[in-house]
Amino acid sequence: MRSKLDRIVVALALPLFLAGLVATGGCGESKGGTIKVGVYGSLTGTTATFGQSTENGARLAIEEINAAGGIGGKQLVMVSEDDQSKAEEAATAVQKLINQDRVIALIGEVASSRSLAAAPIAQDAGVIMISPSSTNPEVTKKGNFIFRTCFIDPFQGTVMAKFAAQNLGFKRVAVLKDVKNDYSVGLAKFFTEEFVDRQGGSITGEQAYSEGDADFRSQLTALKANNPEAIFVPGYYTEVGSIAIQAKELGINAPLLGGDGWVSDQLLKIGGAALNGAYYSNHFALDSPDTTLQNFLARYKTKYGAQSDAIGGLAYDATNLLIDGLKRLHTSDPAAFEALDAAKADDAAAQKAARAKLRDLINGVQAFPGVTGAITFDADRNPVKPAVVIKIEDGVEKFAASIAP
Amino acid sequence: MQEFLQQLVNGITWGSVYALIALGYTMVYGILRLINFAHGDVFMLGAFFAYYAATKLDVAMNPSPGKAILVLLISMVGAGIVGFLIERFAYRPVRNSSRLTALITAIGVSLLLQNGGILVFGSAPKPLPAIIRVQNIDLGGGVTVTNAQLIIIAVSLILMAVLRWFVLSTRTGKAMRAVSFNRDAAILMGIPTDKIISVTFVLGAALAAAAGVLVGLLNPTISPLMGIMPGLKAFVAAVVGGIGNIPGAVLGGLIMGLAEVMVVGYVSSTYRDAIAFVLLIAILLFRPSGLLGKNQAEKV
Amino acid sequence: MRRVLTIAGTLLALVCLELLLPRVLPNTYYQRILMLCGINVILAVSLNLVNGLTGQFSIGHAGFMAVGGYSAAILSMRVLPPLAAALAAAGLPEPIAEGIVLLLALLAGGTLAAVAGWAVGLPSLRLRGDYLAIVTLGFGEIIRVVITNIDAVGGARGLSGVPRYTTFFWVVLWVVIVVTLSYNLLKSSHGRAMLAVREDEVAAEALGIDTTRTKVIAFVLSAFFAGVAGGLFAHFDAYLNPSSFTFLRSIEIVTMVVLGGMGSVSGAILAAIFLTGLPELLRPVKEYRLVIYAFLLIVLMITRPQGILGTRELTMPWAKKKPLPGGAGGAG
Repeated sequence: MRSKLDRIVVALALPLFLAGLVATGGCGESKGGTIKVGVYGSLTGTTATFGQSTENGARLAIEEINAAGGIGGKQLVMVSEDDQSKAEEAATAVQKLINQDRVIALIGEVASSRSLAAAPIAQDAGVIMISPSSTNPEVTKKGNFIFRTCFIDPFQGTVMAKFAAQNLGFKRVAVLKDVKNDYSVGLAKFFTEEFVDRQGGSITGEQAYSEGDADFRSQLTALKANNPEAIFVPGYYTEVGSIAIQAKELGINAPLLGGDGWVSDQLLKIGGAALNGAYYSNHFALDSPDTTLQNFLARYKTKYGAQSDAIGGLAYDATNLLIDGLKRLHTSDPAAFEALDAAKADDAAAQKAARAKLRDLINGVQAFPGVTGAITFDADRNPVKPAVVIKIEDGVEKFAASIAP
Repeated sequence: MQEFLQQLVNGITWGSVYALIALGYTMVYGILRLINFAHGDVFMLGAFFAYYAATKLDVAMNPSPGKAILVLLISMVGAGIVGFLIERFAYRPVRNSSRLTALITAIGVSLLLQNGGILVFGSAPKPLPAIIRVQNIDLGGGVTVTNAQLIIIAVSLILMAVLRWFVLSTRTGKAMRAVSFNRDAAILMGIPTDKIISVTFVLGAALAAAAGVLVGLLNPTISPLMGIMPGLKAFVAAVVGGIGNIPGAVLGGLIMGLAEVMVVGYVSSTYRDAIAFVLLIAILLFRPSGLLGKNQAEKV
Repeated sequence: MRRVLTIAGTLLALVCLELLLPRVLPNTYYQRILMLCGINVILAVSLNLVNGLTGQFSIGHAGFMAVGGYSAAILSMRVLPPLAAALAAAGLPEPIAEGIVLLLALLAGGTLAAVAGWAVGLPSLRLRGDYLAIVTLGFGEIIRVVITNIDAVGGARGLSGVPRYTTFFWVVLWVVIVVTLSYNLLKSSHGRAMLAVREDEVAAEALGIDTTRTKVIAFVLSAFFAGVAGGLFAHFDAYLNPSSFTFLRSIEIVTMVVLGGMGSVSGAILAAIFLTGLPELLRPVKEYRLVIYAFLLIVLMITRPQGILGTRELTMPWAKKKPLPGGAGGAG
């Protein structure tokens, strides 16, 4: 019996030991010191693409600043943790980043549910958290250390409603939302409110699907019965492409409308011609002449071999916002900046005070030139920036309109 | 009426996919009393094998029926091999342990395939190239059906007929039924049970892979976690039909597909998953061994 | 008198633990893992009552957890705040006032979950084995879908702003309660009846055991503690989301019971702690973490199919008996 138990122990310990070796290898320090930044996201699980895009965007920003000599001679170190696409795991990951790795700031999460589980922990510890794309208004209300770089649901929902009513002249629109996804439910709610109450339109039907569904024909068939002029699909590109194809197969010619969840170079690969005529709101237009944006897109593509989705760009902005704050802290208060060094993490009080100063600097940012638009924070630490509406025409995404908050 | 007919067509199409997956569950259960939780993930693997085969054969640019069949066969053979390996290295060692031990092993295999899939294939969904050109066929009265839907129903029917012939008429099929009926007695009769169980897994996996390819015709988005929900629902379908019973799996699959579609069309899409389960629980309360399952005598 | 002393002693020990913990273990990450271990121990030990002792096959534990968690959270957010205010006004120290509110919320959450357990336990009269499994799974999914659709509790956006009342004291207290109850149950006639149902239902019935009642009691008790665990979880994370209660969560709990050894209380405890800690230990390997986790699960099941402890108990020599072949898992 004993020998068998021993074998189990060995079987368990071996991979852990190897894992430890992998983890300890390859982190060199420059003599100017380091500052640790935590990134947490869903690297595994149902929404693994989100976490990977977040990590990609953040890593790109950090590598760029490190290649440029760091900040005040200090290199940034990115520590990333996985939350398996689960809210409670997000809380655990953030506890680990704050207490074990003693990061000074966090980039994450994408899903609002996971940001909501993590934000109170960051706030209690006085660690800055910048969510790239949690759109639920509640997230930043968890405290003054919590920021975001994306639109909130009420804004993006109304953007499409205004565009559909005023620019496209539609009166009758149907809604197809992902009922399991808080982002989708939020957008659908605010779209409906704006479109019906303020734009005088009507919703001809509302149907739902669940993340991971593969067949949308029954929902589309039900929607088709009321002849909508357009269908608002505030979901993710993972399902939108299929929805478009199946709608066309059922003979639905009304255009699809959507939000920034659509952004991905996979969207057109999956949906193809079925998406022609569709509109969605986004943070940027790929054909924009803006050089910051074009440079980012080019570098992202070179590094990862794929076009950045909205999350990648938002995470890049979130990280750069933090870097910008650190740079300004370095010039305005070198002592506080020095206290943020990873080697000085034991002086918790000094570091906490320094993080509070950094927070104030980030909060006071004015028209920070991000790739997803110029960022200035409102009283609830939400960015105030215009949205762009993109039209898909002959398999190409084109700028259609810009809608101010 | 037009909408109802359209929903009927949608329901039958999707139901035949569930039926194909449910067959694998039911065959394995019949022979081993094991809920093969990894079955939904074999379905996923089938779709990915088809993805790589179709990309290699360049089917998207110039599709032809021959290539489509080739893709289907490659995927079924690939999944069959995976099914064989899973049985050989994960399930056989626990075959004589308690059924829950085997169940947890199956869950372990399922997690391994899902997360291994994320590592190997990447987490982002991939577009499965269209292995046939999808065309709309107007049935009149505003009801449309695509040739893909017809192909799905036809291929499902053919595969089920082949399976039925195999199980009822071939020597191996008879041995399968013997093992399912009483494994110990089958061993005493000189039936190579290990081999028969392997064959069962290979067949079940191949059918799931076929379902994976067919779903690709309906919905070209494939991802490493795509097997979870269809797998769960096909399992439920197998139980409703009477688990261990092959015609029951087909019936259960069709009921599941139709019920889902009709609930969305006429009740509420937000409650779809819940209502499907309510219906299934009601069926089970009415027929505790499933619709076509035999009421087995209690063990004494 | 001895019993009163034992209880008082336990409570005192728990209070000491609570006061000492922040000094011994100031790292809130480790504290969190400890708390999650405790909550998972409650879930695993309570599920063990149904799956391990009674030999029924339930994979809907997350559903009961959701019922308890959501109802406890709603109570302490929307119904009990006046009580908390009154208690504070009466001069009670804050931890005690919060503790009273939490206790009430947990009891109410547990009771509602128990009612749900009763509703699921009843059909189990007719169904066996995998059919029962489907009903419990279906029930868990129904609960989750219903919660996702109720706007008053946040729907898919989740319920945030639950007061953070759960402390180490409360988690360990409930662990002690559920573990003590399980051990005492094993020695009682009810517990023996459950074991008899597991080993052979027909024989148990022939011996005059009310198998129906035994099964329903197991379900109700098990659901009650799952509800309490849900309430503790809600007041610990201060946030609830329906996606935390999918059937995958139920399967995690079943895994703990099976890995521990069907019917072994101490085994369930060990397995719950092990399976909570393992993903944390695997953090350094990042995206390989779940692959290794799954791989280890398969290896463990193959090398130790009867679970860590089999049906044995630690420090419980009287329970030493060989696992019966096919005994656990119900009739097929």
